[in-house]
Amino acid sequence: MKFWEKLGELDRRIIFTIIGLAVIIPLVLKITMPIRVSETVRNAYHSIEHLPAGSIVMISIDYDASSGPELQPMLIAVLRHCFKKDIKVILLGHWALGLPLGEIALNRVAAEYNKKYGEDYVNLGYRPGYSALMVGIGREFRDFFAADYRRVPIDSFPFMRKVHNYDQISLLVGLEAGATGDAWVQFAGARFGLKMFLGATGVTAPDLYPYLQAGQITGLIAGLQGAAEYETLIKEAGTGTLGMPTQSVVHGLIIIFIILGNASYFVLRKKKK
Amino acid sequence: MIWNIIGTWIAAGLTIAIFSFLYKDNPLYKFAEHLYVGVSAGFGVIYVWAFDLKPMLIDRFISEHGIERWILLIPAILGILMFSRWIGKFGYLSRLPISFTVGIGAGLGITASVQGFLLPQIQGTLLPLTTINNIILVIGVITTILYFYFSHEFKGKTQYILRVGVVFIMVSFGASFGYTVMARISLLIGRVFFLLSDWLHII
Repeated sequence: MKFWEKLGELDRRIIFTIIGLAVIIPLVLKITMPIRVSETVRNAYHSIEHLPAGSIVMISIDYDASSGPELQPMLIAVLRHCFKKDIKVILLGHWALGLPLGEIALNRVAAEYNKKYGEDYVNLGYRPGYSALMVGIGREFRDFFAADYRRVPIDSFPFMRKVHNYDQISLLVGLEAGATGDAWVQFAGARFGLKMFLGATGVTAPDLYPYLQAGQITGLIAGLQGAAEYETLIKEAGTGTLGMPTQSVVHGLIIIFIILGNASYFVLRKKKK
Repeated sequence: MIWNIIGTWIAAGLTIAIFSFLYKDNPLYKFAEHLYVGVSAGFGVIYVWAFDLKPMLIDRFISEHGIERWILLIPAILGILMFSRWIGKFGYLSRLPISFTVGIGAGLGITASVQGFLLPQIQGTLLPLTTINNIILVIGVITTILYFYFSHEFKGKTQYILRVGVVFIMVSFGASFGYTVMARISLLIGRVFFLLSDWLHII
């Protein structure tokens, strides 16, 4: 009985220490494990895989540093996939504080594949307006993005001269940490028929599954697990893949804690009665 | 290069300062927390100036001609009126830009909700009951909607319909909570990975 009592009164800092060690040890030991690719991520992958070279993919950075660990590996994986297939990329975002993350990933991946700014990719940056912006660029990009992130007129870039609205965009990839994904589906998808898939944080992903079920999005990359699955498909291991063994160990620990916590609660309740 | 190293050390120091809250609240944590709020606010102000006010209002006002130029005065005046909230007797003027924003938001939102959410979701639920998944989905939708139908009291055997609805709602909460746990652990992995790779170069 003493064991259960002690367990019920366990200092939370002991639990934090155990979780901390469970995160650090698998990362340091670089433990690997097989990653099973889900249908939702595979569908997202095929949305890009089936595009011909020269197509234009628009990526929306709708997150900031607080969701970076989950969404940045997705962005890097999607960019690698696009550049590997010679697909042109337009980057923009609705979260002002997230745009520097997009710029960092874009410059890093573009250098890996020798892609040139203005010829193979462009960063339009951030504009306020949210839903009005989504509807507005369905009419004409230049009404909102006459110049890019670096204030260079977009008409000075060869591939941007022919881009006027969603008709020239083959696919939208929205990386979502909030409700912007809903707006993309409802404004750009439903109104203009823009094909898209979304990548989302674990917190946001459950809200996006109805869109997937209804066929409003072609695929869904959910959380770090989704990023690891996408990395597996493009055969480029990144932080998603590296984080998966740690994630599994910690999930196992949390399940054990939940079972022990409940067992302790019921044993002590029985004793009180 | 030197700036990258300095940046990494600052980021690592702030990460540890935030983590120190796990032991107990302390001045180091408070400092990092306030710094984060301040930097985010400052960053936001710079972005509004650099990507909103300057290119879309000031630069365009200088470069445009005719009606295209003068029409920019409307959003500029509406924006300035927002500040009237700070001037006691003129505070009511701030209602003009707010009503403008609410009107646009409602107009865009209602059409988007019907066209982009309600109708496609109803269409997505009208499924042939030929597979187990489709049957579960249709039962889940109907029983959950009935759970939120308050115009009729479900008594006797009909109350079991609501219990089925509750089970579906609980499963949904469980899935959301599971995903949330995964998300939070992912964030922890991200920060620990940063400390071990970028800062300490252990991995």
